[in-house]
Amino acid sequence: MPAVTVRELTRRFGAFLAVDRVSFDVEDGEIFGFLGSNGAGKSTTIRMLCGLLKPSSGTATVGGIDVERDPEGVKRRIGYMSQRFSLYELLTVEENITFFGGLYGLDKRRIAARRAFVLEMAGLKGREKTLTRDLAGGWRQRLALGCAILHEPSILFLDEPTGGVDPVSRRQFWQLIDRLSGQGVTVFVTTHYLDEAEHCHRLALMHAGRIAALGSVAELKQIFRERAVVEVRTGSPMAALRALDDLPTVEKTSPFGTALHVWLKPGIRDTGPLRTRLDELGLPAEPFEFVQPSLEDVFMDVVAREEAASS
Amino acid sequence: MRRVGFLVRKEFQELRRNPRMFPVIFIAPVLQLFVLGYAATTDVKNVPLMVVDADRSAASRDLIARFDGSPYFTVVGVTTDDADIQRAIETRQAWMALSIPPEYGEMVGRGQPVTVQVVTDGSDSNSATVGMAYASTLIAERAAELAAARRPPGAPRLGSIDARIRVWFNPQLLSLHFMVPGVLALLLMIITTVLGAMAIVREKELGTLEQLNVTPLKRWELTVGKLLPFGLIGMVDVILVVSLAVLWFEIPLRGSFPLLFGLSLVYLLCTLSLGLFVSTISHNQQQAMMTAVFFFMMPMIYLSGFIFPIENMPAIIQPVTYLIPLRYYLVIVRGIFLKGVGLESFWKDALLMLGWGVTVLALATMRSKKTLS
Ligand SMILES: Nc1ncnc2c1ncn2[C@@H]1O[C@H](COP(=O)(O)OP(=O)(O)O)[C@@H](O)[C@H]1O
Ligand SMILES: [Mg+2]
Repeated sequence: MPAVTVRELTRRFGAFLAVDRVSFDVEDGEIFGFLGSNGAGKSTTIRMLCGLLKPSSGTATVGGIDVERDPEGVKRRIGYMSQRFSLYELLTVEENITFFGGLYGLDKRRIAARRAFVLEMAGLKGREKTLTRDLAGGWRQRLALGCAILHEPSILFLDEPTGGVDPVSRRQFWQLIDRLSGQGVTVFVTTHYLDEAEHCHRLALMHAGRIAALGSVAELKQIFRERAVVEVRTGSPMAALRALDDLPTVEKTSPFGTALHVWLKPGIRDTGPLRTRLDELGLPAEPFEFVQPSLEDVFMDVVAREEAASS
Repeated sequence: MRRVGFLVRKEFQELRRNPRMFPVIFIAPVLQLFVLGYAATTDVKNVPLMVVDADRSAASRDLIARFDGSPYFTVVGVTTDDADIQRAIETRQAWMALSIPPEYGEMVGRGQPVTVQVVTDGSDSNSATVGMAYASTLIAERAAELAAARRPPGAPRLGSIDARIRVWFNPQLLSLHFMVPGVLALLLMIITTVLGAMAIVREKELGTLEQLNVTPLKRWELTVGKLLPFGLIGMVDVILVVSLAVLWFEIPLRGSFPLLFGLSLVYLLCTLSLGLFVSTISHNQQQAMMTAVFFFMMPMIYLSGFIFPIENMPAIIQPVTYLIPLRYYLVIVRGIFLKGVGLESFWKDALLMLGWGVTVLALATMRSKKTLS
């Protein structure tokens, strides 16, 4: 049985549709990523799955329990780290751990054991008496993660856990997630950093309340299976961009760093027309290269199609 | 239940580190007590008094002399015509008038009851109230003397002089004595209702409430976990303010302190529950503050009898005052402080107050949702 099943889950705020008939499963022990820009509906979905927000319609089960019928039952089985830092800033590191351990109903010995574990995991040994508000970003997030897993839940919901954290801390945080996943914990994580998506076993791309695409990174890149992407390096990329966009063999172009990416229409592999066009305009270019589309390419493509479909 | 303990401990850990809390909780009540206590002191001296002596007997002259001789009154004129009263008061020549009926001397001589009238300028309600109290005490004193002089040992009380207006509870006629217990009630309400109103909505704003809401914490555990620490603070405030009232303002506490303390706890249940209720219906601290002050506390203060006597309110308003816990607590705190009475004379007020507190606490608990809809 999947750890999480979601069917046609919908949430409205007044007339506004924040989450629109979303369906997916999260398998046991999987790292499941929710990717989407701000306002896509990621947090709203996660809050419904944690029993914090009632769905407007549709169903979801977490650990086999219906979130609408028994939100408190769901809460006993999950850990949740909200998008906003939500430990007590005026409490010390260990006071926060003890407090949440107490709320989760752990006994004194268990609290002591888990406290030691969390301090070790978060790298906060020796800083037990530091006020939480004085901790830097990375430590805060790791402490928040620690407090969310004090009761050793089997399913963990993390809402943008690395938001606003430096790259080194982000990497450390993902190591912790990998470690938990290795121990069999199911991790549901939202992010808007595309590079983090590589850590996820499967991803859902969310846009405007809808799931626009779903699968492993390799599967998602399959949408470019039929379409070759050519990287073009030239001295005047903007001029080249406009020139190549009109070619009949080209689907679309986009800037990529200092270069451009040119999507050829499905089935086409011939780059001759591109070279001819650039030569006509006197735009010298380095030899073309076929490239693997990045996740960002996938995301942009999916979003563009969603927009085209909805308008 | 263990969870409540963790909540209470957390609350004190936060309070201890919040430098603004100490003054709010412990200095503010002392300051307010002083300011309100003294500002509200309406001791009045040398009230200009007009006398209408329709009797012109030795007895009536004796009564007039008592007024004139007291530090509270200065007799500004003696006439026989009631119409002079109006003129004197309208021109502010006199603030009060004493009218002695023609039969006064005769009735007093025969030891029969007689009524004298005290008129006051209501436009200055404070001096009026206080002046009336002085007047009625002077009259009562005279009546008591007369009764004592005439009464053979063991015989029933004979005549008396009856003043039309009486002020009870405050025999020394110090308005401070009357005010300070009321100020205690007001202070406790303001401080604890505001604390309660901030309590849950603050966590909503900080985002910590959402984290609490994914734990197995029960709704009643949350409200009780907020109620207890703030209740404890309220208890300290009760002790602080009562001590100041007795030791500094030298207001005699005639009734039982344990009773006062116990019923103050019931009152705190009301004020804190009200605050928590406001907290659950507000989205942020500012809104909670506004709601608590303007929607609840101000009307409560006006309608409680603290400022305007309830008996003087329009008949349709009077039933509304039963919805106000401050009304009950004022009766209780003034009763214990000034009259020295106990539960036997205000058990109904105490019960109604308890019922109010439990109801509002239940409402606040039901309003606090762990799953938002
Ligand atoms: N309580 C709420 N009331 C009204 N609108 C909301 C509420 N919560 C979220 N929204 C709206 O729903 C949309 C999705 O929000 P959210 O789920 O937080 O997106 P994400 O987490 O992907 O950035 C946003 O447009 C947001 O403004
Ligand atoms: Mg979000």
